[in-house]
Amino acid sequence: MRSRVFHGLLALLAVCAPFEAARAFCGFYVASGESKLFNHKSQVVLVRDEDRTVMTLASDYEGDPKEFALVVPVPVVLKRGQIHVGDSSLVGKLDAYSAPRLVEYHDPDPCPVAGLSWGAPRSLLSAKSMAEVSVSAERRIDQGVRIEARYEVDEYDVLILSADDSGSLLTWLTRHGYRVPAQANRVVASYLNQGMKFFVAKVDLRRRAARGLTTLRPLQIAYESPRFMLPVRLGMANANGPQELFVYAVTRTGRVEAVNYRNLKLPESVEVPAFVKRDFSSVWRVAFDRLVDRNGMGVVYTEYAWNLTTCDPCPSPPLTREEQRALGVWWLDDDPSVFVTRLHARYDRASFPEDLVLQTTADRANFQCRVVVHNEWTGEARCENANTYRKSLPSRRAREAAALAELTGWPLDRIRTSMGVNTAWLAAGESLTPYKTSSWWESLWK
Amino acid sequence: MTGGNSRSLRRAVDPRAYQIAALSTLLVLGLFRFGFDVPLTHVAVTLTSALAGQWLAARMGWPSARASSTSRTPFEWRSALISGLSLCLLLRAPHAVWMALAAFVALGSKFALRVPRADGAGTKHILNPTNGAIVLLLLAGAPVWLSPSQWGHHLGLALAVAGFGSLVVHRSARSDVTLAFLVAWAAVLFGRAAWVGQAWVAPLHQLENGSVALYAFHMISDPKTTPDSRAGRIAFACLVALGAGFVQFVLFRTNGLLWSLAAASLFVPLLDRWLPGRGFEWSAPGTGAHREEVRHAQSGIPWPARAAGGVRTV
Repeated sequence: MRSRVFHGLLALLAVCAPFEAARAFCGFYVASGESKLFNHKSQVVLVRDEDRTVMTLASDYEGDPKEFALVVPVPVVLKRGQIHVGDSSLVGKLDAYSAPRLVEYHDPDPCPVAGLSWGAPRSLLSAKSMAEVSVSAERRIDQGVRIEARYEVDEYDVLILSADDSGSLLTWLTRHGYRVPAQANRVVASYLNQGMKFFVAKVDLRRRAARGLTTLRPLQIAYESPRFMLPVRLGMANANGPQELFVYAVTRTGRVEAVNYRNLKLPESVEVPAFVKRDFSSVWRVAFDRLVDRNGMGVVYTEYAWNLTTCDPCPSPPLTREEQRALGVWWLDDDPSVFVTRLHARYDRASFPEDLVLQTTADRANFQCRVVVHNEWTGEARCENANTYRKSLPSRRAREAAALAELTGWPLDRIRTSMGVNTAWLAAGESLTPYKTSSWWESLWK
Repeated sequence: MTGGNSRSLRRAVDPRAYQIAALSTLLVLGLFRFGFDVPLTHVAVTLTSALAGQWLAARMGWPSARASSTSRTPFEWRSALISGLSLCLLLRAPHAVWMALAAFVALGSKFALRVPRADGAGTKHILNPTNGAIVLLLLAGAPVWLSPSQWGHHLGLALAVAGFGSLVVHRSARSDVTLAFLVAWAAVLFGRAAWVGQAWVAPLHQLENGSVALYAFHMISDPKTTPDSRAGRIAFACLVALGAGFVQFVLFRTNGLLWSLAAASLFVPLLDRWLPGRGFEWSAPGTGAHREEVRHAQSGIPWPARAAGGVRTV
């Protein structure tokens, strides 16, 4: 049976297999019914310093592994040692660590007894070797296509191809079982004309079974080139609708941004009604849809930019030094500075007419997207402060509802219903003055 | 004559007034409509530093193209404000101190990096101050950067910037360099796309970048640092476009337009000797010289001032 070329990934991919259950958005756990959130998703980790790049291509492909194939343009012919198969969990950890986060606060008792104080904020998110097989580099010309190198890398069979023209390459790929769309011809030709090579990987089922693997582990490639870009055009050749791209860019110096597409940051902190925590992933999906509707798809959103060794709050622990090294951070022995930027783009052929070019900046300012909920205090009122607190709630609820309406576009009536309040922002039977002052002598002999 | 008077009056308006209005509007739009990630403190510090630097330079009597050796150097606040606004639009830095430094470098480059004019009439600064400051800071490894796609890719916006900019370049009558650059840059982008077999939407996307319009109408058009003659300016614009293409598509580095403009500016003195023309004065924003005019100037015979009234006699 012919292999299919996995298309969502960065890209280049030529054809593909339908994405079945894309994982939950941004590392949040959601119900299975939500699994189509942000499907057609590609996740790429780019570790970059000066002209050196280590790229990790994570696939959420869940189909038949023998149907999987990956085709990626690369700027140079890769040697065996420049290709690696990484740990499946690494990208997931980076995803969970850098995702937009829901932060939950609990309002304190307005009438505290000694020893109690305002609770510290806590995140709601529980947020959560390559065995050297044979190396056989060879250079062979086959039907106008040069096989620059052929490697067995763990469970993957890897080819580095070049060609004089796209027709030969597409014919070769088709003849060898890769289902490449006809629309890819022009895109492939432009990459070849730029002197790029094609990195082609398929799964060897026998070796995969021998290793007892059940998932597709991410491929990693390391190369040196002044080009700091992602070749996203090939993946659009047969794309059916918009695709989601997540880039985790790790540098020594600072934030990474797009050079040829507009950059926008997500809202840094939004306070919304507490009911949002019940289904944050759905709310966030709507919020991101609205952002894209407002700004169009030719925009790259910065979702997170932070020193990779810390976080505040932490939906999941920062990556350890060993995990950073596994992702390709090679400078740790000389310099512990590691800065990560999480970029998110939704794009289609019309909105992304050229490959995504990136640049490293000197901006080391920490940035994160936090959606904050405050759980109201509902205890017994024991002092005048309780009345003050209760009287402050309607205006806060109104502010939070307005913020949610702005974030999602939902009508206020719908939000009020979900909050369980009326047009005066009061819950049924709620009293603004629950504490009644008693006579001075009532507690005198108690 | 009435016609002549109105024309004189119209010409009396300094083109820099239009430019300040245009750049200020763009900055407000950028901050409040396009979400520029620029603290207002950076804007304040940059503008203050630019004006302070210019004032200081004037107080110290540093050379100016406008000032003769016997007159006091005027405080050209408009030029300083333009440099400051341009830096706010283009440059990004982690701390305001870098913006202040950029403003001082911009002003300093105007006074320090000068070459004798080809016609012998004083000196001329080499680098566009904003471009010079950015390039010098990047070369020195300062933690600054540019966000070339901050405007997005809206043809409407690009045209609006162009509209604003055209006021400036037409008032200073140096639209030839802008138009020549746009044509040359489009040729480079479409030529490269044809070379590698890209669809036309790719170079079109690159041309629609609001930063390109800003650059074409507000930076490369700087009449003080472009060649004096029309032929020289057209050659200069083509040189800048080719250089930028080299940086972007051969070296694969960012900010090709800025690097190229700085490099090409070094050749302006040569272009001025090869293709001589009349120097630019903000008070008389003419178009540049005719050969006949230059010959008169070189012979020491004053060429009759035209309605623009700004022909310098040596």
